[in-house]
Amino acid sequence: MDKEVATRDVYGKTLQKIGSQYPNIIVLDADCSSSTRTSWFARDYPERFFNLGIAEANMMGMAAGLATCGKIVFASTFAIFGSARCFEQVRDSICWTNLNVKIVVTHAGLSVGEDGASHQAIEDVTLMRSLPNMTVIVPVDGIETERAIIKAVETSGPFYIRLGRAKFPIVLKEDYQFQIGKAVTLREGNDVTIIAVGLMISESLKAALILEKEGISTRVINMSTIKPIDKEVIIKAAQETKAIITAEEHTVIGGLGGAVAEVLGESVSVPMRRIGIPDVFGFSATPNELLEYFKLTGLHIAQTVREVLS
Amino acid sequence: MKRTVKELKEIAREIRILIIKMLTKAGSGHPGGSLSVADLVTALYFKVMKHDPMNPKWPDRDRFILSKGHCVPAQYAALALSGYFDQELLMTLRKFNSSLQGHPDMTKTVGLEISSGSLGQGLSVGGGIALAGKYDRKDYRVYVILGDGEVQEGQVWEAAMSAAHYKLDNLCAFLDYNKLQIDGKVEEVMNINPISDKWRAFGWHSIEIDGNKMEEVLKACQEAKEIKNKPTMIIAHTVKGKGVSFMEGMVNYHGVAPTSEECERALKEL
Repeated sequence: MDKEVATRDVYGKTLQKIGSQYPNIIVLDADCSSSTRTSWFARDYPERFFNLGIAEANMMGMAAGLATCGKIVFASTFAIFGSARCFEQVRDSICWTNLNVKIVVTHAGLSVGEDGASHQAIEDVTLMRSLPNMTVIVPVDGIETERAIIKAVETSGPFYIRLGRAKFPIVLKEDYQFQIGKAVTLREGNDVTIIAVGLMISESLKAALILEKEGISTRVINMSTIKPIDKEVIIKAAQETKAIITAEEHTVIGGLGGAVAEVLGESVSVPMRRIGIPDVFGFSATPNELLEYFKLTGLHIAQTVREVLS
Repeated sequence: MKRTVKELKEIAREIRILIIKMLTKAGSGHPGGSLSVADLVTALYFKVMKHDPMNPKWPDRDRFILSKGHCVPAQYAALALSGYFDQELLMTLRKFNSSLQGHPDMTKTVGLEISSGSLGQGLSVGGGIALAGKYDRKDYRVYVILGDGEVQEGQVWEAAMSAAHYKLDNLCAFLDYNKLQIDGKVEEVMNINPISDKWRAFGWHSIEIDGNKMEEVLKACQEAKEIKNKPTMIIAHTVKGKGVSFMEGMVNYHGVAPTSEECERALKEL
């Protein structure tokens, strides 16, 4: 079995698979289908795929219209365009109306790399989580991506599913059962908790190994459903460990970190640190250079833990 | 439906009366544009569209979207007179807990295909419904009414482009061309002309009519049905505030409800 796989490739394959089981799935894209892999579905079911060109606002409106006719609509593009560009259309035509549209975007975070700031979605979780009726999922790996897509098809209502560009290490097991709103504790521990999503989970697990050698016991939680967030697991971690660190390939304002802070602020007081992009825009570099530059690494997460605990 | 032009004109008059009454009661809302669009809405609900008030989700129904959602009083009146809900509800417009919201809310009102209010969105939604119709091989038609100021929104042109690209000849749009928007005349705020040429350039069949003349509205709708492989835009020249002499052609009745004194005067005329 592959140790790592691009979550967008899994999306492409999963769409092909469920395309046969769900004849009323329609897939839309905004000229990014070869990158988002919706083109794979388009190859198998050309009559059920529609490219709307570089017009995301229209794509979301059309998605809503199709959904009113009983279709399960997948709308894909790069994360920045599928969240920021057409935010109001997602708000009004899809969320306010509570229609059955699954917005599955790829190339989120810094993983776009060389294309630079215009193409790096670092605020999309903040945006999408602010919308009533929206479910926001950041799958951690290929296994969770497949399960989340299937769950989204089976569950009525708007979804925003955030995928990357690069290969993500496989972290979950084949028998993993995804449940909306249920975080997964990947590693038990009782000194400190790291709550992370996406690519930051494997970095968090690396940090946990480093800290173990120093006698620090680290709990690592995969909070793949950011909305509705698993409050119980956060409160439990706050009660049972001494500090909570969040880590995301996203701004520290309003994403996973913000969501966890909201829960803690109204429940159990515990020291907290948000690891993410510090309210600045990205820039052109390789994905790895960007992750290093913004300290989205296991080493830095471990350093942050040491600082908080001291 | 076998209604005569005379009957339709009478229904349009009733709709105008209800618009004035419900806006006065509500104390806020948009009389000018609701009155200018009343004839189009009447033609669609009472002659042109096949729909069933007893079965609002009838899969083969024609669909109507009021993209210029602020003029929803006209649509509410048409829905009530058609029998989708009790006429009494009209007097609850914009009130707390009302099923009749200030702008169309499909989750609260029976008979609405989509929610709208923020301009520029409805044609995209209509395009999606038309696309579904083509895919499902159904012969229902989709009607979308836009405002003239509304076509200043870029999304409208995205929708126009895709409707022509996908040859959505089951999509018929109207422009309620009453020449006025909030800040004044459309041509002075942000000129949209040559508007018919623009729709043609985007691959649409474009017709221009007097949108307050029932015969012309019906004729245009019939012409649209016969156009193949391209959607149709009916540029309907109208008078903002049509039917109430002191509101006709006035900018300031765009978004201000009539006072009870104005209401009395208006009803006398109607």
